[in-house]
Amino acid sequence: MKEAEIKRLLAANLLCVFSIILTTTVPAFFLDSFSVLGTHLTWLCICSVSISALNIVLCLVLKPNPSPKRSSFAHKISRFLKCCIYFFMSCILFHVIIVLYGAPLIESVTETFLFAVLLSTFTTLHCLCMLGPNIQAWIRVFSKNGAMSIWDNSLQITTMCSILGAWFGAFPIPLDWDRPWQVWPISCSLGATFGYMAGLIIAPLWIHWNQKQLTYKSR
Amino acid sequence: MRLRSGVFASSCLLVEALGVALFLRGFFPLPVRSLPRSEARRDPPAEPAPPGSGMVSNWTKIPPPLFKKVVIVLIDALRDDFVFGSKGKQFMPYTTQVIEKGTSHSFIAEAKPPTVTMPRIKALTTGSIPGFIDVIVNLNSPALLDDNLIWQAKTAGKRIIFYGDDTWVKLFPKHFVEYDGTTSFFVSDFTEVDDNVTRHLDRVLKREDWDILILHYLGLDHIGHMTGPNSPLVGPKLHEMDNILKKIHISLLSKEGESSLPNLLVVCGDHGMSETGSHGGSSEGEVHTPLLFISSAFEKRSGPLTQPKLVQQTDLATTLAVGLGLPISRNSVGNLILPVVGDKTMREQLRFLHLNGFQLSRLLQENTPAYEKDPGYEHFKIAEKSHGNWIKLYLDGNNSEILLNLGKKVLKQYLEALKTLSSSLSKQVAQYDMYSMLVGTVIVLEVLFLLLLITPKALSSRAEFEVPLSPPLFSLLFYLMCLMLCAVHVIVCTSAESLCYFCSMSWLTAVGVMVLISALMCGILSAIGKILESSRVPVKNPVVSNSSWSEVDVLILAGTIGHVLSLGASSFIEEEHQTWYFLINTLCLALCQELCRNYFLLKEGDPQHSITLKQSFDNVKEAYECKNIDIPAAGDSKLGKVTSSAEFIKGSDKWISLASPWIILICCRLLRSLNQTGVQWAHRPDFGHWLTSSEHKSELSFLAAVSLVMIFILVQRKCSLVSKIAMALGLLGVYSYRAAIGNIIFPWQRDSKDISKGITEARFVYVFVLGIVFTGTKDLLKSQVISADSSVKSIGLWEVYSGLVLLAALLFRPHNLPVLVFCLLIQTMMTKYIWRPLKFDAAQITIMHYWFGQAFFYFQGNSNGIATVDVSAGFVGLDSYVEIPAIFLTAFATYAGPLLWAIHLLCYLSSEVSRNSAAMGHGCFCYALVRSIPVAVYIILVTSLRYHLFIWSVFSPKLLYEGMHVFITAVICLFFTAMDQNQSRKVQD
Ligand SMILES: [Zn+2]
Ligand SMILES: [Zn+2]
Repeated sequence: MKEAEIKRLLAANLLCVFSIILTTTVPAFFLDSFSVLGTHLTWLCICSVSISALNIVLCLVLKPNPSPKRSSFAHKISRFLKCCIYFFMSCILFHVIIVLYGAPLIESVTETFLFAVLLSTFTTLHCLCMLGPNIQAWIRVFSKNGAMSIWDNSLQITTMCSILGAWFGAFPIPLDWDRPWQVWPISCSLGATFGYMAGLIIAPLWIHWNQKQLTYKSR
Repeated sequence: MRLRSGVFASSCLLVEALGVALFLRGFFPLPVRSLPRSEARRDPPAEPAPPGSGMVSNWTKIPPPLFKKVVIVLIDALRDDFVFGSKGKQFMPYTTQVIEKGTSHSFIAEAKPPTVTMPRIKALTTGSIPGFIDVIVNLNSPALLDDNLIWQAKTAGKRIIFYGDDTWVKLFPKHFVEYDGTTSFFVSDFTEVDDNVTRHLDRVLKREDWDILILHYLGLDHIGHMTGPNSPLVGPKLHEMDNILKKIHISLLSKEGESSLPNLLVVCGDHGMSETGSHGGSSEGEVHTPLLFISSAFEKRSGPLTQPKLVQQTDLATTLAVGLGLPISRNSVGNLILPVVGDKTMREQLRFLHLNGFQLSRLLQENTPAYEKDPGYEHFKIAEKSHGNWIKLYLDGNNSEILLNLGKKVLKQYLEALKTLSSSLSKQVAQYDMYSMLVGTVIVLEVLFLLLLITPKALSSRAEFEVPLSPPLFSLLFYLMCLMLCAVHVIVCTSAESLCYFCSMSWLTAVGVMVLISALMCGILSAIGKILESSRVPVKNPVVSNSSWSEVDVLILAGTIGHVLSLGASSFIEEEHQTWYFLINTLCLALCQELCRNYFLLKEGDPQHSITLKQSFDNVKEAYECKNIDIPAAGDSKLGKVTSSAEFIKGSDKWISLASPWIILICCRLLRSLNQTGVQWAHRPDFGHWLTSSEHKSELSFLAAVSLVMIFILVQRKCSLVSKIAMALGLLGVYSYRAAIGNIIFPWQRDSKDISKGITEARFVYVFVLGIVFTGTKDLLKSQVISADSSVKSIGLWEVYSGLVLLAALLFRPHNLPVLVFCLLIQTMMTKYIWRPLKFDAAQITIMHYWFGQAFFYFQGNSNGIATVDVSAGFVGLDSYVEIPAIFLTAFATYAGPLLWAIHLLCYLSSEVSRNSAAMGHGCFCYALVRSIPVAVYIILVTSLRYHLFIWSVFSPKLLYEGMHVFITAVICLFFTAMDQNQSRKVQD
């Protein structure tokens, strides 16, 4: 049971990694002069959209946390709306945090906001897909020893890795190398992306190796 | 002997300050004193008077120029073998031909390290060896203020044209009648930089309206940096240079008429390049550059080609001054290169040498008190005398063989004297004093190791540990080590060629330092021994190490290590404020997460936690009983208060507490945009500039008034009534002081009235500062002597703190007053809503204080460059410049951020003493440790990077800041210890 679940997780995660790699190469066939560094904003949009789409599809197909009771259509709609609001709020929150970290307030708002959207895609959207708009569940998952399934563990790891990646991505900005990737917010968004990809790959492996120690409370 | 952590830490810091001072003295040797230019144009000396009376030489003026036009072609990073070696033969055929058969003189010029372009240009033009301190001192104004060849030429009415590296344009603003500077920023550009120079060449060579043409080619240097000296790109570049030299030479030759003076072409390099293509160090390839003089005035070379003679790079300035008929630059240590003037008459040659010798001996007189005993000076006097004799013979009309032979003898005497003179002059500046630096580094490192080894014991609950003073084994080792070090000292000092500060100290001091080093070494060894011993013995009562690392701990550790590592990169030093802002932002977010966990997860009904909470209270109580402290009546209520603070979850405080990290984050963001600092983004618009511009005076006044009111509100709550009034009056005084000197205006004041120096107002404030500090000190003394309750002491400490806040308010520029307000606000919020509820231990609190202190250092608008030091703070309330108060005030204003946070730490910890009696000791120890780590690492980094390209512009100023910070920290720790002393005495009573 567990092995099979880990395999499913691995497959899903590899699919995500693969799709990120695709977003860097495929658009070049359709758009003139597309490159991750040159037209960074376009890439940010494409990457966010495709990752969100993939996440939603995966969530619908795999159903990691199936809700016990069947719910009405109206309930589903309200859940969906709630998710949208949460996502939007998380974008705003990330934007605010990034500005507090020193990003320019008035200039390059688009860059900052798209970076916030990317971060939200990697973290909040993932959570929304897995846990739904349920704050209590979020708090449970992100507190110590709160994970109840390998999906929760995977969520913890990828979220942490994305945020750490973005955090480390800010380091090279003050260096005076004048490289194209030092322009705001390229290094940070690349850091977040690499962190996310690393998290996706690490999560199944880590769970596989630590299988013995991981005991989940029953729901 | 038992020692408390605080005492130990402050004595360690004192020793460390000594080490740092020694290091700084070795790193920044005092330069040869350079005099202002106004004095430089004194009358030149006459020819030495012949002996006997009656006869006087009439040649008192400077000799006329020997050359009409001079072209200096400086090829950056031109190594000697590029011209004289096989590469030169292959790629520079024209130059080689001129060297071998043409009318030229070739030399190898030796450059002094650091072999970096800017100081080398200074050496080439002034003839002096720039010392580190004078580069630091001149950082504000990059223009070269010393006497130099270019300035002399310009004052003499020569028209100078320059094309090439824009360092020249910065060094000599308004000196060139025409110039085109190219920036050397894009190292990957090999052709554009040189084409930018060459494109002017044809036009300029046709014209007649210039006297000196300077060309500085950068392409070769760039090729070296990117691909190294053996790359295939070097050959074509040398060939390009050869063609340019050919063009210039031919054009110069064609211009020479029969009657006019000949022209001169000088080819030189500023430094060479190492085998990897970089430069800055002192390897043979980096210091040896070719120096060619080409002119039709010289005799055609004949005979086999010999190896070019070695001269100093500084000799060029002197030689060119003579060649152009200018006075020799005052601070030059160069010697005239005699072959260049070799075809002049004997009288002229002697005259040139005498001028050179006179200038060198005068420089020696100005710099060494015992100049008369210098062998060079003695030689010069002898040579001067024989010169006089020669003139007597010459004026007598004696024109025989004897005259020639005697002249040759005088010439030899002069050359000898010049050589000795310039070598004793250049000894004074030249090198790093590695021995002093080494001794300083050893002391600093030993202190750091000692602190690190002691850490577990020092942070134990008692904050006391045994210091073994006289175990017999170590005493033997100690004496042996002392003897050995003294022997090493003697050997080093007797064999060292250059001047060494540590060697010049008295023997007693040196021996004292040696004893100190060995004692520290023995201390380290014994500490290691103890640790090994205790690790072998099984732990009797296994202390349950339930201290798993929290996120904040991880962050603190990672941040400290990350910051220390970042000091190795020049950009991270320039932008160090970004590091600190980044760290405190992350810290705030981590604290926010901690708070969330504290409030939300406890609510989930975690009974375990409340049990542990209760247990911890019991522990505290037990601990108190163990130490026989009569818990004051307040104790119970305090305990109650703490319990309630854990349970105020329901109250509105919870939400304030949750919001406080965000408010702090917003404050920090606002402060960040108040003063843009650093290098890369310093030019961005910020509030500070907006406020200080003259049309926003009323906004600034409003802001200053609001800030002063806020400061009063935030500070007064813990003061006694008297100091409250004093504070209010003092802050009013601050406003009127700023209004008096015209920074801000009173609301009723329409037109700006006459501006005074505001001395009365400032002194009025000083009176209140002293008054408040004095009241505080009185309270502190009272609490020590009478041992009254601790509230007196905390009031006293807070009063000292508020006195310093008032002083800072006076010294800060008005637009910086919000920094002070936010500092107080953040401290209040942190104390009330974050540190108390979350119950961090003293070590964590100390490091957080240190981080915030560092961030506020930059929030004030400071940076790691010398230029941002606000020197005007040293003149507040003073009629004229008085050294000691000015230095004290400037240092206080510069380090106000870290200082205020440190004193606040003291206030906070002293109020925590009831909870943890060792808090003060831990705090002091942590503060010392957290300051020692970056200093020790930075000293090692700077020593290893001493030939780095940015050593003067980036690393050295930072070193000065770090050194100063160590001294301030030592003072703070002494204050800590003094306060802790009182406490411990009270505990013992
Ligand atoms: Zn150079
Ligand atoms: Zn270079």
